[in-house]
Amino acid sequence: MEKKESLKAYKKRLDTALENKFLRKSLDNFAVAYKISREKAFSGMDVEGLVKEVADIKAAAIKNNEALLEEFTQKAKANGVHVHLADTAEDANRIIEKIAGKTGSKKVVKSKSMTAEEVHLNKWLENSGVEVTETDLGEWIVQLRHEGPSHMVMPAIHLSRFQVADLFSEITGTKQSAEIEKLVKVARQQLREKYFQADMGITGANYALAQTGTLGIVTNEGNARLVSTLPKVHVALLGIDKLLPSMKQALSINRILPKNATGQDITSYVTWITGPSQCKIAKNETREMHIVFLDNGRKKIAADKDFAQVLQCVRCGACANVCPVYRMVGGHRMGYIYIGAIGLITTYFFHGREHAANLVRNCSNCGACKEVCAGGIDLPSLIKQIHTRILDEEGHPLKNLLLGQVLKNRKLFHTLLRGAQLAQKPLVHKKKDSDTLYLRHLPMIFSKEHNFRVLPAIAKIPFRDRFKNLNPTIKKPAHKIALFSGCVQDFVYPEQLEAAMKIFAKANVSVSFPLEQSCCGLPALMMGEKKAARDVALQNLAAFENEDVDYIVTLCASCGSHLKNNLPTLVRKFAPKKAALFAEKIIPFSQFLNKIVGMEPMEGRGQKIAFHSPCHLCRGLKVKKDPRQLINKSGNFYVKTPEEETCCGFGGSFSMDFPAVSNAILTRKLEDVEKSGANLLVTECPGCVMQLRGGALKQDKNIRVIHLSELF
Amino acid sequence: MDSTVDENTQEFIEKATLVSARVYRVKDMASALDKALDLCKSKQISHAGIKTDPVSTKTALVMAAPNLDEDSFTSFFKDCRKNGNILLIRDNLRKYPDGIDMGLTLVDFGIAETGTLVLNSDSEETRLATMLCETNVAILRVTKIRKTALLMADELNELIKNNSSYTAFITGASRTGDIERVLALGVHGPLELIILLVEA
Repeated sequence: MEKKESLKAYKKRLDTALENKFLRKSLDNFAVAYKISREKAFSGMDVEGLVKEVADIKAAAIKNNEALLEEFTQKAKANGVHVHLADTAEDANRIIEKIAGKTGSKKVVKSKSMTAEEVHLNKWLENSGVEVTETDLGEWIVQLRHEGPSHMVMPAIHLSRFQVADLFSEITGTKQSAEIEKLVKVARQQLREKYFQADMGITGANYALAQTGTLGIVTNEGNARLVSTLPKVHVALLGIDKLLPSMKQALSINRILPKNATGQDITSYVTWITGPSQCKIAKNETREMHIVFLDNGRKKIAADKDFAQVLQCVRCGACANVCPVYRMVGGHRMGYIYIGAIGLITTYFFHGREHAANLVRNCSNCGACKEVCAGGIDLPSLIKQIHTRILDEEGHPLKNLLLGQVLKNRKLFHTLLRGAQLAQKPLVHKKKDSDTLYLRHLPMIFSKEHNFRVLPAIAKIPFRDRFKNLNPTIKKPAHKIALFSGCVQDFVYPEQLEAAMKIFAKANVSVSFPLEQSCCGLPALMMGEKKAARDVALQNLAAFENEDVDYIVTLCASCGSHLKNNLPTLVRKFAPKKAALFAEKIIPFSQFLNKIVGMEPMEGRGQKIAFHSPCHLCRGLKVKKDPRQLINKSGNFYVKTPEEETCCGFGGSFSMDFPAVSNAILTRKLEDVEKSGANLLVTECPGCVMQLRGGALKQDKNIRVIHLSELF
Repeated sequence: MDSTVDENTQEFIEKATLVSARVYRVKDMASALDKALDLCKSKQISHAGIKTDPVSTKTALVMAAPNLDEDSFTSFFKDCRKNGNILLIRDNLRKYPDGIDMGLTLVDFGIAETGTLVLNSDSEETRLATMLCETNVAILRVTKIRKTALLMADELNELIKNNSSYTAFITGASRTGDIERVLALGVHGPLELIILLVEA
């Protein structure tokens, strides 16, 4: 087992990446361009329907994997293909080494295969004296630099043309210009020779069709065709998860794969190979063909009811393309072999927890990956589950255990918060923008790098103590609601709830506030404390059980999304019915005000207002239009900013664990707002307020950040 | 013309053009070959290494057309030599590692939805003709254009079901975005793709 990288060493690597200006600019451009081209590629199509179809096809194929493997093997053997099954990475390497030995293959050309990366095939073959040349341009570049790919589809996205020019100058012994077109020609010439010299070609495959024993390979460069045509031996290495019943399913997946990967309708080449093809230099003019199916933990994943969906991945790489963390730090720090959200998960299964432990913490849980996943995988939730598993296996750190204990006991938790309010007194001061008090110095538990935003102090009087005086009796209410405050609004920003109370009173809405409600439980889940999250979920269910209300309104998108989406799963073995009833009543503030109350447009100040859409609102609760419409109804103008649905970098404990990454994401966001000309930024989650307002104050930006409730 | 054929053809042209393929409409097979000859003639000798015509001993352009039928090949071979100083070949493409100037193939189907060509390339020569060439010219009958790949799943199954079958979907030229995501054509295979649509 390799030595585990310490969290400190991992963070140091992150810092280096954050300082790499080329990487930052390149990934930034890519993140923006990708979204546009993906949208264009899918325009007029029912994306959700397509994803559902792919998810269903893959799920069924995984369930039926054993039978498909048997059918494929039979068919392929009848066609004269040698079919091998490798249980582990090492087995796969040995099998391929043996084929090379038997066929006397000394030189190998390869087209891109993540599966070969997974088993570290190149290193193995090179150690046994075989020369291996990657032929995918990006893979060839990273191979020459002795690196791994930094993206599943664009392996060399972390490198500039100048770095490539230097590299090519070195290998050709001639000074090469940094013109991309010329560099591509250099590769064409250099690699052409390699194809002709090679004894063996190794490819991966995107699809294995059981009905006909056919492999489907998707490429843009066309290198897989040369690799599988010129050498007299062809070895294909692929995971057993690539098996499908027939052409039809592959064509369905192929409608979405390239669109999701690069925004292309289809790649330049899709190659279908059934059995050994004609090869004029081989015996009987027929190529020797081997197919190596790799298990390496896949069967175990398939049998795990929570994680079987991991195998629905079609390796499009989209989860990296939209990940705010990937965008800041790049692939080499956002995966071990497989990159992006799916990489965080598969690293644990394929390469062990020593490689996954730090990675799974580096997720803000923004849900952007889940929204674009071609295979319909609930990536953020699986990342959290892996985090929990690793803690269960390695032992939970003391701070987690304490948090779990405290959260479970609401009285203790709230007493501690009140105590902290008194203790922080000498440390607090006022800032220009609101009544909120801020911490002058960060408490000792924080390090210097946490100082990228100003943190608010705990309010003198929490909302729960103010509620009684704020709540007028409403005789004939239009709607009856209960309020779920969440800890941050209750104890840090009670004014956001106070503002909402005024709006409710005007709209003739009667409000109750069950005092036994506690933390929603999301922070516990984010830290991998699933059990504590379940305990508070049950307490909250009990707190709201006897409320005779139509809705449970929350002004915190994170609480709302957690209560609606995660809570029923957490308590599914304890109170499934209660949880379903509770979850159904949860509604975010903006949706309640806009759709249920039907707020009318009013006179306002005519200000330009930018909006930050909290991840848990736009993706978690799928509420997109309501807050924007309310901004316009408030008598102001909503101005669109380029990436208002991209995470602000808060992510609860994420911003505590990875402050430098969080700060980079935050700064990017504030720059967008600044460019829009708006100096008021509205959002609908106290966590986002904390991050964005704290950052704007720290960076002295002329941007005021408020919660939507404070706009009226 | 049948309105479905017309619709599919229009969509095919639009999609193929989007991936930088050049599309020409020609009335029949003979005109398609004439057009291919013209296109090859306009190329500069040298891209793919200098070749000599063994008969005329003059430097010639090389065009590979492995899947033309016997008669068409014979007469086209003569045309190429007479009218264009072009050496037409169909065998031993492996002997041209530096490449060939033009690869000409008759393709089996077109897919309108994506501007894709479907080519049965079971023969090694057909495969190499489309891979080693600088310019890939494909001849496609408009009646062979289908709306989507899914709608022609049965026809595709016919192609792939036989042992030793090697079927290619080709959409545009060989491309890469691997250096700074800048699109560059011809990284391994053809630098350009030209499609000749035969009406009759």
